[in-house]
Parts: sequence; C-alpha cells; structure tokens
Amino acid sequence: MLSAHIQDQINRELIKYPADQRQSAVMAALRFVQDEKGWISNDDMTDIAAFLGMPHMAVYEVATFYHMYNLKPMGRHTLTVCTNLSCTLCGALDTVSYIENKLGIGIGEVTADGKFGLREGECMGACIDAPLLTINNKKLCGRMTPQKIDAMLAELDKS
Amino acid sequence: MLKIEIDGKMVETRKGSMVIEAAQQAGIYIPHFCYHKKLSIAANCRMCLVEVEKAPKPLPACATPATDGMKVHTHSEMAVKAQKGVMEFLLINHPLDCPICDQGGECQLQDLAVGYGGGESRYQEGKRVVMHKDIGALVSTEEMTRCIHCTRCVRFGQEIAGVMELGMAFRGENAEIMSFVNSTVDSELSGNMIDLCPVGALTSKPFRYTARSWELSRRKSVSPHDGLGSNLAVHTKDNKVARVVPIENEALNECWLSDKDRFSYEGLNAPERLAKPMLKQDGKWLEVEWQAALEYVANGLRQIKNSAGAEHVGALATPHSTLEELALLQKLMRGMGSNNVDFRLRQSDFSADGKRYGVPNLGMSVADLNTRDRFLLVGSFLRKDHPLLAQRIRAAVKNGAQASIVHSASDELLMPVAHTAIVAPGELVNELAQVLKALATIKQTALSAEAQSATVSVVVAPGAQAIAQSLSSGERVAVLLGNFAQQHPQATQLALLAANIASLSNASFGYLGEAANSVGGYVAGAVPKDGGLNAAQMLAQPRKAYLLLNVEAELDTHDAQQAMAAMQGADMVVAMSAYKHHATQYADVLLPIAPFSETSGTFINTEGRVQSFKGAVRPLGEARPAWKVLRVLGNLLDVPGFEYETSEAVRDEMLTGYSSARLNNALNGVALQPISVATHNGLQRVSDVPIYSSDALVRRAASLQKTRDAQTPVVSMHSSELAKLGVQSGDTVKVTQGNASVRLHVSANDRQPVGTARVAAGHAATAALGAMFGTINVERA
Repeated sequence: MLSAHIQDQINRELIKYPADQRQSAVMAALRFVQDEKGWISNDDMTDIAAFLGMPHMAVYEVATFYHMYNLKPMGRHTLTVCTNLSCTLCGALDTVSYIENKLGIGIGEVTADGKFGLREGECMGACIDAPLLTINNKKLCGRMTPQKIDAMLAELDKS
Repeated sequence: MLKIEIDGKMVETRKGSMVIEAAQQAGIYIPHFCYHKKLSIAANCRMCLVEVEKAPKPLPACATPATDGMKVHTHSEMAVKAQKGVMEFLLINHPLDCPICDQGGECQLQDLAVGYGGGESRYQEGKRVVMHKDIGALVSTEEMTRCIHCTRCVRFGQEIAGVMELGMAFRGENAEIMSFVNSTVDSELSGNMIDLCPVGALTSKPFRYTARSWELSRRKSVSPHDGLGSNLAVHTKDNKVARVVPIENEALNECWLSDKDRFSYEGLNAPERLAKPMLKQDGKWLEVEWQAALEYVANGLRQIKNSAGAEHVGALATPHSTLEELALLQKLMRGMGSNNVDFRLRQSDFSADGKRYGVPNLGMSVADLNTRDRFLLVGSFLRKDHPLLAQRIRAAVKNGAQASIVHSASDELLMPVAHTAIVAPGELVNELAQVLKALATIKQTALSAEAQSATVSVVVAPGAQAIAQSLSSGERVAVLLGNFAQQHPQATQLALLAANIASLSNASFGYLGEAANSVGGYVAGAVPKDGGLNAAQMLAQPRKAYLLLNVEAELDTHDAQQAMAAMQGADMVVAMSAYKHHATQYADVLLPIAPFSETSGTFINTEGRVQSFKGAVRPLGEARPAWKVLRVLGNLLDVPGFEYETSEAVRDEMLTGYSSARLNNALNGVALQPISVATHNGLQRVSDVPIYSSDALVRRAASLQKTRDAQTPVVSMHSSELAKLGVQSGDTVKVTQGNASVRLHVSANDRQPVGTARVAAGHAATAALGAMFGTINVERA
C-alpha cells in the first residue's frame, strides 16, 4: 500500500493533469515512493498502477527506462557518478574507482552498513563542472577531486 | 481526397492517410516492420524511410501524412540508401539463426534482409543476448534475442486485446520485451502476437520445431468453436494438422484469431482420438469393423422402434456439428418416425419453440458491431464466450460507444463499461423489465398493453434507470443476448423484454450465437417439431435409445446429472464422437467420426453467413465423416432420400430457399408473464462454460489446458456468503446439487451478487452436479 503521505503527494500532482490522464503523474509517483523508501519495489509499482489506473507493465516500463529510479535498495545515500563523455574526459572513471576503493563496493552495490550505494549516471547537464556526481539524485556536486570526495563522504557519514 | 505521386504513379487518397497507406492503394510495397494497419503508428523501426521531394531528409512513410501534390520516391538513391542503413542497424544484434528459427521462410526480416541487407556484416563486436522468459503455455519468448523492438506485440495488447501484458522495459541496447515480473500472458487473444511478430522472437509454443513453413500444405477452413466462424488456414504436414493461422476476413475475424481457434488443433492429434468403431459386449469394449458396428446400431434402433416405438429414440447433437451432419441426423430420426432431435443442449427454456418467425441470430452483421454507439449486453460472459466479438465491441467503445451490462457475474471485460446491473439469475427478468420501464418513461412512449400489465409492479432502481438513459441517448443501439441469457430458465421472457427494449430504442436485437452452428442447427432442421421432444425433455423423460453426435453427455448438457442418469438408464446409446470419452461408461457403440479438419462441411455463423469448407487431412485411422456414417445408417434403416454422393449435395438440399429472410428473432404468440420481485431460498447457481471447456476438441487441446483460463473452476461467492458459511477464500467446500456433491476451492468475489454461487459447468470437476441454473448448496467441507 502507498502511504497516506505518498497518496497526498500524488493527488496534488494529479491536479496538474486532465482527469482522464491520470497516468501523466506516473513519474512523479515513482519519485515520491523513492523519496520515502529509497527504492521502488515491484509491489510499489503495482500499487502505483492501481492508484493511477494504468497497466502495471506501463509503470514498469517507465521505472526501468529512467536510470534515476532505484529498482533495488541503494543505501541511505546513493552516489550517482556521471560517466558520459564530458565527465569521462575530465576523469570521471578515476572518480568512480576512487569511490569504489574508498567504500569497498562496485557500481550498483551498497556498503555492508547500508549507508552508501554507488551508481553510474547519465549526463546531468552541467558538463562545465565535470566530473559530476549526485547525492540521492537531489544534490549535484561538481569538479570532484579525491579531497572533495573525502570531505563529502565524511559529512554524509555523520548523518 | 487528395492526390499524391508515388514513384511516378498518381494516387488518390483520403485526407489524413499516411504515405504507406497511399502506396498500398497503388500497389507499391514499402518495406516495414513496426507498421501494421490495425495498430497505432509507432514509427520506431525506421524501415519505411522514403524520399519526399522538398524534404531535406528521408521520412518514415508510416508516419508521414500524405499532402496534396506530394511527390514520393520509394526506390530513389536516397530512399534505398536509408533503407539499407536501417537494415544494417537491425541486423547488428539480430542472431543469424535462421536455419533453426521457426519464423524462417515466413519472416519479414529475412525477406527484407535479402532485399536490403549486406552480404557480410561490418560489425565485428559481440551481439547482445536477451534471456528468455516464461510467459505461459502458448507464446514462446525463448529467442527474445531476435527481437527488433517494433513493439507490435505491446501495441496489440494495449489496443486490441485491451490489456497491456507485454511491455518494453529498460532502455537503449538493454531494452527488451517482457511481461511484468514473470507474469504470464493470459489474454484470450495472445496468439495473435505470434502472427504480428515480424521476426522469430515470439513463436508458437505448441508448434515449435515441428515443421518448417515450406513443408506445410495450406487448406482453408472455418473455426468450429464460437459463433463467429473465423476463417482459418489449416497447415498440415504428413497428413497431420501442424498449426492453424488466420485467413484475413474483414467481415468476420479481420486478421485475428482467438487462442481457442488457433490452438485447439492440438486436440485433433490427441491420444484420446477414437480410430476404430467399438462395441461393448458383456461389459467389455471390442474393436470391430464398421460393417458390424453399423449393423448393430441399425438392428438396435429397429428393435426399439418395433417394440417400444420410434418416439423412444432420441438424438442429441452439439451445435459444433456441421450443417450436413445435423441435417442427416434429423432426417434419419424423422425417417424412422421420431421427432426427438435437438442440438440446443445447454438451453433450458424451450417455450419459444414453434413460435419463432425465423432462425434466431445476431440480428445484424458482425462488422456492424463496430459501428454501434450503445450496447446492452444481457447475460453474456462476453470475453470468454466470444473473444473476437468482444474485441469488436471493445473497438466500438474505444470510439465512444457506451456498453451497459445486465448479468449475474461481473467479469473484467477489458473495456470501460458505462453501466452495470449485476443481479442474481432469478432477478434478471425483473432487472431487464426495469430497464424497459425506465426507457418507456424517458422516451415518453406507452408500452404495449401486454408489457404494461406485465411490468405494473416493477420498481425502477437507479442502475436500470442509468442503463435506460444510456440506451435512449444512442442512435445506433444494439441489444444482445449472450449464452447465459439463452441458457437461462426464463430465456424467452428475457428475449421478449430485450426485444421490447430494442424496439423502444430503435435498436438491433440479436443473440450472440453460442457455437459455430447455432444458426445452422435451425437451418438444418435439427430441432423438434410436431410433438417431438426437445433436448431437455429427452433427458427429463428418459428414452430407450440415444444417438449422440459429438456429445459428451456430462459436459455438453444443461443438466449433467440428469443427462447421465438418462444415458445410464437407456437400453442403447450410440456415441458418434472423434474421441474415446466418458461414453465408454454408458454407451454401447462408439463410432469414430471425423472432426472439422477431416471432413467437408458447412457452418452457418451467428450472423447467418454460410461457410463451407473441405477436409484438410484424411480422417485418422478408420474414422469417417459423420455425414457418411449417417448416410449409411439411413440406407441400412431403409430411410428414403439417403442417396447423397457428396456433402455438398446434402448442403444444397438444406440450403434450397435459404436466404437472410429466414433469419428473424421475432416471436409470435408468446406472452410476457407478470413480473414481480423474485424470492429465492438458498443459493442460486450461476454457471459459465469456461472458455477451454466449451467443446470436445478444445477440451483436449493440451496447451490450452495449461493456461490460466483452464484452471480447475472454483466456487466464487460474495464474501458475506463466505462469512455465513464460516469459510475463507481458498478453503475447500462441498457443493451439492441433486444427489451428488463435489469438493471445490472457494474464492471470495464481492462483485458476485449476494445469494449466488458461481460454479462453472462443462468441466470434469463439476460434471457430477445438476442444472446450470437453480438452487445449489454450498457447505463447509
């Protein structure tokens, strides 16, 4: 079941769309679930499908298409490193391997304590600050160096 | 209309049509994969790129609307270069397994690769691999790696089948067609995805690796199942039916087939097929020669006729029998002096017999269904009983029509339903009377004096009012009675009310024909006349001898219990069947007859269309077409007029003077009974005939029997009824009717009306029970 909070959020989102186009809110609905739970399970997708009156396969299509949706638990803080061309030219792969070594996990994995998860991302539209990463898809961090990564991880470790 | 020029040819096409359609009109072929005339436009395969003058780059012909004066080149240098480029992309990841691919020889990709593909690939890297998934017993995704992502299967689900069971998950080169988390594809139209797939990614599970397409002979045939009469191409190899695919007929099945029509052929090769005539002697079954078996039958019938009288012989046939078979059966019976012949085995109300103006039928053409703007569907398990008619109504609803339902079960129809009135079977008449009364008020038309007095104590409820409102606002209304309404104990009253509703709303009124020959049976005269007994009477007043044509007494009749008692008490039962079935328990003779694929014959579909077909393969073993068996029986019994050389001669005799004028749903001289609120003690049975239990052939189609629709029926009841019994969903309950009971699982369904229990008929698990309607007892097991 979707929590009352998520249902409220989706209902507010639905105001933006015509009454017979409820499925327009699917991306937002998926986001609300991920914000609350950290990831989106198949059951959540079924619930969203029922709530919006659309086929569950259609929800699944959307959830699997966009890489920002986590389809498995990705830790409390999901770090997504852009590995598209501009970032890679500016050393994104070094960023990835530095984080991998530091946290002892590979891409798509979560630390044993469930604090950090690491993902590979697509272009974040701020190539001027390459290499880029995001924290939980919300906070964008640019020009990542080992020092900045250490500081970021230490800060996150506290929360 | 606008004019466009394609490859130098001037084409006139309607406004809004796409270049690819215009080209088709002109007979110019544009290569394509994702475009399909019955599906929405996706334009994602890019194979149909053409050059349009004044456009800077090639345009997809399937998604480019034709405009006046447009000049299109489909074979110019630019177009061909674009098409070759697309083909190279498509082949990058496509495996080169054509030699073992089921689609080989009938593959659009293979054909177009010959035309547009390179002889050698420039691509040296590894190809992508997609793991297969199990999506059910009918459609195989074993080689999903072959998929080119045209999304035809996805669009078919969304737009035609009404349920999106397949989708394209993930993105880019990881994109793949799959169902939601390993769920199965359960649509009753799923087989069409196999036809739609332009490559070998979706293949037929039952057909897999049994033949190459070029080894098959193709024979035209007609579906022996539902009343639609879908046109089939029966593909045979080594005198065996290897598969069945549709033949396009825009007036009937369009380019689709229901899974029942497509996969039932497995039953033709089932191990239970009867290959030799058999006689029971001293309780043991012996294989005998035809001569001996037929003489035994003839002598037996003659003896009973001479000792007890011909009226002690009864003949029952299923409405899946051909016109010729039904015609000769009734002729044989009447020649012997008995009028006891019937094919309406699941019907229980025969009060309209002798009072019909003509043959009950759909009352409109099948294609006409798409053009209706209001539907009233009375007592129909529409989707499972008539999968492709449901598809047409779904299409009409999509175009703005409103469908309203009056029924005793609320099954998902996969379309938006305007209004529903789901009531217990005993209240169905009252509900329909409410609709009539409400409609008369809205239309400000006085009912006939008879209808007026019959409905005087009827109180209109809001549900019926809403339905009447919907009907009154339509211009092209259709009122249709389904199988459930026709099998109802008050079927004639329902029909009268429906006809009254139809005339008030200026609607067409008709019956959704239960089986391939529900109309043909009347035309063949296989109904009692002049004091003959109908199907119900023949079983209620047991006869000394029964001739059964295709009938499985415990599965094909309205009251299985009564039918079995009649069979067991009879002196002689002759079972003409393609299968060695339960008749071994009660019959004396089993005569192996040919199913539809092994005989010539004729079906008259629900709209009255006569369709003849020829046998696709030779009869199995010593099985013989039933019309020949009946002809010989006629000769042995010295019945005059049995000198037919061919089945066509039988047909022509039966169809002399047949025209659409004989189709008429009107009744003459049946009165509407006064309608009051029905009171009923105990639970009322609501029974459907599950889609894959409807006739002998489909019951033996192995793959269909593995589908979800073929699962053992459960008792479905309102949760308040379950609470009364103190049982929970999933528990086993004891279901009793008459002197027998069966144990079934129970499931809560709050859409089922209170006071009813839904228990399917026509299935071995419930065959011990009694009538399809009436009181049924459910208790804790």
